[in-house]
Amino acid sequence: MIYPAADLSLPVALAVAFFLLVGAALALIGAIGFLRLPSFYERLHAPALGTSWGIGGIMLASMIYFTAASSRLVIHEILIGLFVTVTTPVTFMLLARAALHRDRTARSHGVPRKYPIGPEERPREDISDEE
Amino acid sequence: MLPYPILTISLTLMWMLLNSFSLGHLILGALVAVFASWAMASLRPDKPKLKKWYLLPKLFFIVLYDIARSNLAVAWLIVRGRTEGRKAGFLTIPLEIEDRTALALLAIILTSTPGSVWMEYDSYDGSILMHVLDLKDEEDWIATIKGRYEKLLMEIFA
Repeated sequence: MIYPAADLSLPVALAVAFFLLVGAALALIGAIGFLRLPSFYERLHAPALGTSWGIGGIMLASMIYFTAASSRLVIHEILIGLFVTVTTPVTFMLLARAALHRDRTARSHGVPRKYPIGPEERPREDISDEE
Repeated sequence: MLPYPILTISLTLMWMLLNSFSLGHLILGALVAVFASWAMASLRPDKPKLKKWYLLPKLFFIVLYDIARSNLAVAWLIVRGRTEGRKAGFLTIPLEIEDRTALALLAIILTSTPGSVWMEYDSYDGSILMHVLDLKDEEDWIATIKGRYEKLLMEIFA
């Protein structure tokens, strides 16, 4: 049985509204940053707003609302937060490394290059007797 | 019988979160989790050596706080718009941890914190390359990562 939202008590409604607005605002700012930041590497940082406390705020709001409205503990939203946190870095890293590889191959300026030749061709003594 | 006890417990817990906390689902979830951990064992991943697992909640709350703080910082940077003083850039940090699980955890922490992205780990000299949105103080970043996260991770995965 889920009660309608209008029946929530004021403190609960305020808490739900607060976390929902914080989460939504962070996701919006992240999207704006994704649009406006000048370089690719800088744009990588903006969506992390939505995937950290953006999702966190909305998750908390959902947990509070459904726990209060159905008068039982609803916390399975934690799984969404957990899996988003664990999986998005993989995507970010994949994009970042693809960009890094492209810029290094194109000999772009401003990209760190530790080894004078490509990282694939660096001298490695430690694997000489393998394979 | 249980090659990965933590994995089995987490899977059972996840099953019960998604269904309901009842005896029937405990049994069914445990059954699924045991078979899943056998499947995991046949992949033969490295077994993480958790030495001081009780420090994990401390790490969790430190990271939660830092992520909240950098959320505000990055949101403010974006809202304020383009400024001349800000400088984004790459940063190379030498690391001492070598445990693969600890490195993966550090990568997740750094990448899910807005304002810093882990770019690559060089196993040749054990250093990481990061991209930082607001590179005001290079030393400060290095000190934060080495003192705040790396030390704790080295204690946990000793």
